[in-house]
Amino acid sequence: MEKVNLTCIECPLGCDIIVETDGGKVLSVLGNTCPRGDKYAREEVVCPKRVLTTTVKTDVDKMLPVKSKEPIEKGRLFDAVKTLSGITAKTPVKIGEKVAVFDGVEIIACMDVE
Amino acid sequence: MRNCDIVIIGGGPAGLAAAVSAYDNGCKDILILERDDILGGILNQCIHNGFGLTRFKESMTGPEYAQRFITEVKNRNIPVKLNTTVLSLTNDKIVTAINDVDGVFQVKAKAVILAMGCRERSKGALNIAGARPAGIYSAGTAQKFVNCKGWLPGKNVVILGSGDIGLIMARRMTLEGAKVHAVCEIMPHSSGLKRNIVQCLNDFDIPLYLSHTITRIDGKDRVIGVEISQVDQNRRAIKGTEKYIKCDTVLFSVGLIPENELSKGAGVELSLGTKGAVVYQNRETSLSGVFACGNVLQVHDLVDFVSEESELAGKSASDYVLNGEKIKNSIDCQAKDGVSYVLPQKIDTLKSGDVTLYFRVKGVYKNCKVVVKDGENTLLSIKKRIVAPGEMERVILKEDKIKSLSSSVQVSVEVD
Amino acid sequence: MFDVAVIGGGVVGGLLLRKLSSYNLKVCLLEKENDVAMGQSKANSGIVHAGFDAKPNSLKAKFNVLGNKMMKGVAEELGVKYSNNGSLVVAFSEEEIETLKDLKQRGEQNGVDGLEIVYGDDLFALEPNLSKTAVAGLLARTGGIICPYELTISAIGNAMDNGAELFTNFEVVKIEKGDCYTLYSSNGEQISAKVVVNCAGAGSQKIANLVGDYSFEIGLRRGEYILLDKESGNFVSRTLFFTPTKKGKGILVSPTADGNLLLGPTADEVLENVTDTTKDGLESVMVKAKQMCDKVPLYNAITSFSGVRAYSDKHDFIIEESKQNKGFILVAGIESPGLTSAPAIAEYVVDELISKLLRLNKKEDFNPIRKPDYFFSRLSIEEKNEIIKANPSYGRIICRCEQITEGEIIRALTENPKASDLDGVKRRTRAGMGRCQGGFCQPYVAEIIAKVKGVSLGEITKKGKNSTLLVGKTK
Repeated sequence: MEKVNLTCIECPLGCDIIVETDGGKVLSVLGNTCPRGDKYAREEVVCPKRVLTTTVKTDVDKMLPVKSKEPIEKGRLFDAVKTLSGITAKTPVKIGEKVAVFDGVEIIACMDVE
Repeated sequence: MRNCDIVIIGGGPAGLAAAVSAYDNGCKDILILERDDILGGILNQCIHNGFGLTRFKESMTGPEYAQRFITEVKNRNIPVKLNTTVLSLTNDKIVTAINDVDGVFQVKAKAVILAMGCRERSKGALNIAGARPAGIYSAGTAQKFVNCKGWLPGKNVVILGSGDIGLIMARRMTLEGAKVHAVCEIMPHSSGLKRNIVQCLNDFDIPLYLSHTITRIDGKDRVIGVEISQVDQNRRAIKGTEKYIKCDTVLFSVGLIPENELSKGAGVELSLGTKGAVVYQNRETSLSGVFACGNVLQVHDLVDFVSEESELAGKSASDYVLNGEKIKNSIDCQAKDGVSYVLPQKIDTLKSGDVTLYFRVKGVYKNCKVVVKDGENTLLSIKKRIVAPGEMERVILKEDKIKSLSSSVQVSVEVD
Repeated sequence: MFDVAVIGGGVVGGLLLRKLSSYNLKVCLLEKENDVAMGQSKANSGIVHAGFDAKPNSLKAKFNVLGNKMMKGVAEELGVKYSNNGSLVVAFSEEEIETLKDLKQRGEQNGVDGLEIVYGDDLFALEPNLSKTAVAGLLARTGGIICPYELTISAIGNAMDNGAELFTNFEVVKIEKGDCYTLYSSNGEQISAKVVVNCAGAGSQKIANLVGDYSFEIGLRRGEYILLDKESGNFVSRTLFFTPTKKGKGILVSPTADGNLLLGPTADEVLENVTDTTKDGLESVMVKAKQMCDKVPLYNAITSFSGVRAYSDKHDFIIEESKQNKGFILVAGIESPGLTSAPAIAEYVVDELISKLLRLNKKEDFNPIRKPDYFFSRLSIEEKNEIIKANPSYGRIICRCEQITEGEIIRALTENPKASDLDGVKRRTRAGMGRCQGGFCQPYVAEIIAKVKGVSLGEITKKGKNSTLLVGKTK
């Protein structure tokens, strides 16, 4: 049995969580103060994921902030940024609009750009 | 000179929330003055997520959070002047502003809401030895360049200060291809949120040097390196601990200062603790009819609380204009042992409603009690597992307690 | 072929160039940096000294007193902020009072008017924030303050408006002497001139050596300063000096012409012209400033900087024709009170030295007036609106701390001497000089420079050469 100490990143509280695992199987999650923490901890010890926030070019002289709609694998963040560097968003673009897909996750606009 | 019921200085998260709230409380004659060419203020460059968890129960980016309020303002047709900088405010609430269409113009307001936000403490304030080459930026300036302009300020970076903007920029610049060699924090603890240490530093193996500072900046034209040193408990560099790090960029994330030049010009009383206005629980300043909210009043950790505070200020300004609400019976609210400030600094005991006391502690205290007293009389005593200067604390004083206050409210931290 | 080439775009070279531009001469200024006022004229105390310090009959004494009398007029013509705020040499002991008496006597011998020693309550009535340990002060009513780089830039701009030429990034590395002088730059450019004036400050020995003149040596002294927010600009109203001792003059506490509070300088011998600040230097400034005024609001510091002052082994100004080089004039070792003396030195060099080498005819259309760079925020609302109507860029505030408009920034980039980098804009307009130190306005100023120059943001520098702000586009 292994114990993993984590700091939850789901909200500013930053709960200290202890996860007990055995052979990649999560036995228990302790220290979290909400269900989001439980979910985070179970994922973090198996396959850590992060929401990516970055920018893409647009066809006007403005950068468009974007985010991944769902968390993507932590180890794939750099590849995602690299892929998105090659994309130029067509304006006008609306907040929430899909501008790309990476690893099956939608990359969406976070701002209106006229 | 034109007249207006409420002039709001600043169209960032504070100004927007205040405008919506003032409007919804009945005061429709509002004017928002915003210096940038879009609404939303600093949120527009904060493209990372984590905003709105408290208020909207979802994790939003800065621009998304701003958009919610911009939409609300637009839905109400509240007038906004963009690209407009306020030059001065007088104690009789005449606002002088400038833009390229109207020129310099004045508005006489019945109420003014100060919502100018804050600025970053600059490198200059730290008296760090060395040269003044290119490549020295405040974290916010670097953020503007990277996120809004699409330009990278440097490739090899050292960051001083572990405030949230510094941590966020460590990750941001790393993702955009820069190497962040170190984040130095002069205090023995980080001043940023724990989650940001994890997801901005640990995720990318960026070392955090606690109790360290930059003691010299090297480079004539462009930064070529920095010398960092460990510091003692008095924050003085310890000789012999110097370490040289080659880099082309230094980012400073060493604190935020409420930007109160206009407030000072109008004669608004300021608090040494917050560097913002001294306010009552309704966010009215020492100048009757002038209200303050958001980071110009106190530097918040979370925009969610900026919105909440600004709605309170907006409602108060509306009450002031429509009902002529005035301060009646004022008592002081003070920071005592272990507490660096308490806001509001004054309480009108005759106003209805609970009062939330916001405060910051001076150090990290574990297993402590937050104690609120009225003179000698203890009103509240709340056990806390841990409190730290980086995280704003709040306690609620119920209306019945407010009504019976007799002396002055004092907030302290007690450690057993 | 130029009639006169001035080497060095500091305050002495600048005011000399301006004086020369009032004659029918073809004149130029050679500056090794990307902009003018990049040496000691960029970072000194900005004091217009009364003239009681210098030894009677020295060149320093002569030009100081003359320059002091000229400064107000020069500043008015050039639109430069100047204030006759007076100065006070403060004594903290009986012994120092004796020194004050000596200084007063010396000053009177030098021709300084209005000197008076004040004691006790009278002293604190003048300066309530002085430390209570002070016992007396030598009040010099003719003392003043001026912004040294503003004066330099304006003088050169005015000279250029009157036909003088400026070559920046022109570091003189070789001089050939024939019928005239041919000067070569490190970039391989060359210009020729009948008369050369060496005003190269810290580099003046090197320049003199290029024509085989080894008659003087230059030493370098670094002075470190701390600048406080305008909020503290009224902390003192006069320039406060310590009583000079054998160890030197000590630091000063003074308002600046722009309304900040300035503390410094230290005085450290250095071998190289390097303007790094040091931990010890800045600390000693703080310690001494507290001695002068125990309540000095150090928490209001917005920046620290240092300047390197050149002095000569003659310990007086050197203002003469090089012994072995006719037509090669030395203006070297211009240490304090060099700024004050500069207008008088310029007159002397032209009237007494160049007049013997070239025929001087007054230019009929010489215009001594320059529109001030820094003017907009001082106008009335009506005046501002007239300007904005004609040019809307004056309605866009770029630097919020100093309330500087886009119009002023564009003007700094398009009028003589044109700014070409961030620091150049800053020195001309004050954009970025306020309490946030450019944190907010820097990206906008950089964009305006890029737009006016028609280049990419990536080419914009802080101060020329390799000082680019950005390393590349993110995508």
